[in-house]
Amino acid sequence: MFNLIQNLFTRAWQTAVIALRALRRNKMRSTLTALGIIIGVASVVAMVAVGNGAQARITSQVAALGQNLLSVFAGSRKSGGVNSGLGSASALTLPDAEAIRREISDVVAISPEDSTTAQAIANGRNWSTTVAGESPDYLKIRDWKLASGSMFTEREVRSAAKVAVIGSKTASELFGPLNPVGQSVRIQNIPFVIIGLLESKGAGMGGQNQDDRILIPYTTAMRRVTGDKYLRSVNVQIGSADRMEIAQQQITSLLRQRHRLTAGRDDDFNIFNQKEIADTVNSISKVITLLLGSVAGISLFVGGIGIMNIMLVSVTERTREIGIRIAVGAQPGDIRLQFLIEAVTLSLLGGLIGVLCGVGASHLLGVVANFKAIVSTGSILLAFGVSSVIGIFFGFYPAHKAAALDPIVALRYE
Amino acid sequence: MSAAISNKPVIQLRDLAKTYQTGEVEVKAVRGITLDIDRGDFVAIMGASGSGKSTLMNMLGCLDQPTSGSYLLDDIAVAGLGRKDLAKLRNKKIGFVFQSFNLLARTSALENVELPMFYSHPLTSLRDRRQRALEALQQVGLGDRLSHHTSQLSGGQQQRIAIARALINRPELVLADEPTGNLDTRTSIEIMGLFQQLNESGISLVMVTHELDIAAYCKRIVVMRDGRVISDTRNEARRSARDEIAKLDEAEQKAKLA
Repeated sequence: MFNLIQNLFTRAWQTAVIALRALRRNKMRSTLTALGIIIGVASVVAMVAVGNGAQARITSQVAALGQNLLSVFAGSRKSGGVNSGLGSASALTLPDAEAIRREISDVVAISPEDSTTAQAIANGRNWSTTVAGESPDYLKIRDWKLASGSMFTEREVRSAAKVAVIGSKTASELFGPLNPVGQSVRIQNIPFVIIGLLESKGAGMGGQNQDDRILIPYTTAMRRVTGDKYLRSVNVQIGSADRMEIAQQQITSLLRQRHRLTAGRDDDFNIFNQKEIADTVNSISKVITLLLGSVAGISLFVGGIGIMNIMLVSVTERTREIGIRIAVGAQPGDIRLQFLIEAVTLSLLGGLIGVLCGVGASHLLGVVANFKAIVSTGSILLAFGVSSVIGIFFGFYPAHKAAALDPIVALRYE
Repeated sequence: MSAAISNKPVIQLRDLAKTYQTGEVEVKAVRGITLDIDRGDFVAIMGASGSGKSTLMNMLGCLDQPTSGSYLLDDIAVAGLGRKDLAKLRNKKIGFVFQSFNLLARTSALENVELPMFYSHPLTSLRDRRQRALEALQQVGLGDRLSHHTSQLSGGQQQRIAIARALINRPELVLADEPTGNLDTRTSIEIMGLFQQLNESGISLVMVTHELDIAAYCKRIVVMRDGRVISDTRNEARRSARDEIAKLDEAEQKAKLA
């Protein structure tokens, strides 16, 4: 039994040597044939890497919004058919925010928001920026850190202190390389003391620069800057991801009750669930990855057809050789194995080079487009597996044709 | 091998026939041949083209199956065997020599000679194979030029390699199909000399030829026409290749002197 297996192995190995020699004799042709597989495998690996990279990037952007974030926006206001958009309704109040904090047990952090666009003047320069009234919880909710200084406190919120925490972009526009902490900035002619500088966070999901903003206590914003009686939104952080749904429902019913909305009427507020957005984005990018992968898969299939084509040509061209082999005692199985191994060798070699090219292309893309493509072992293994299956599948028919040749006819073939 | 078996003819044909169907027309290539070929014999099969000698050779070589009749090769019934068993039989019992040599191109002489052993069961080791191939090449007078590609060699040398390949598995029978058809006179005689030498060492040979000059080196001459054997005679005036070569040399010498 052992001898039989060893025999079989030796035979397969020696057949592989013959096959490799045949491939080496036709270097140009072998290379061109393998090219189909190389491109196919390389594109599968690279496309999936790009898809994964895109997914990771979007996921991290969604995560940058904050962990387990629910954003309650004041609803739209309609007057005479003109819809003024989200946050325009005068419905969301500070007592609403306090009620959410008090009554929804899953809330771990909350920040009422009242923001506006205003001209900031400091250091002899001026800059139009977003001025956002927030609570001290805001940094925790948005998972944001300070580069220097400190965040305003609950006490400063209560006293509507004129203190500000400045975004890195705004800071560099107003102060250049100077450290802005301790400096003063005038917003709508009200002097604020800058007590903190935010870490740079980069572009947000909508593409707007998140670093171009000034944070001030929401009380200060409402009383001194905007004069609003109502909040634009309330950002709420929930303790755990699986409580998001319930918390959203609880907040909805709490606010409907507080706003005295009867059963038939629409909500006068909207709640954005960060997890929902993340899920949607994830499923979209999965579809994109699948799409890219299947386009690449088609090219792999086309590469397989190329192998079959060349193997058929090779069988015809080597009819005489096959005839000689059969005449001196090669069994149909021996001939089939030889051509099958040739086809599989071609496609596996192509697969190997393709993986290298794919990984290379992914890295190149990362350098050129400043984009981190993620090469997954799964896609490499898949591409390898598929290319060897393609070799067997597309090599089988030519190999079978070779094995079925009539030696008398084959020996006479010119 | 027991004496009883070794005394039996290596080839026993009983009413062997082969009919081809080409479109509507039935071609009776071989129409009932009964023939025994003894061990150690050296038979020339002659006949015009279309006489059925190639078809007969294909059947003798287990490359083709008869339509009817029986064929015993070394006491094994060949008719009815499948492709796999025929391949095994060819590999073990028969050595082939062709008119056009049929060597693998872009492959060394040594590897060409080894080829039949590659398809033998059980598989022999690479070293044994190389050893046997070297012996076979020595047997046909080609000790050197082993690593040359066959296309770099002369016709005579190529045919010697083909003969070495035919001998490597120590067959019962060597079948040669017009082995001198592509060779000049002197090389033809040399190849016939090699065949005579092999025959003396006990190998049975069957050779197809249409040249009487070449058939003259064989022990027995079978003539075919229209798929039948029309004459089967012992060759009493058998030529010796050694003598013929000596005569050629003598003639050349004379021509030089003159």
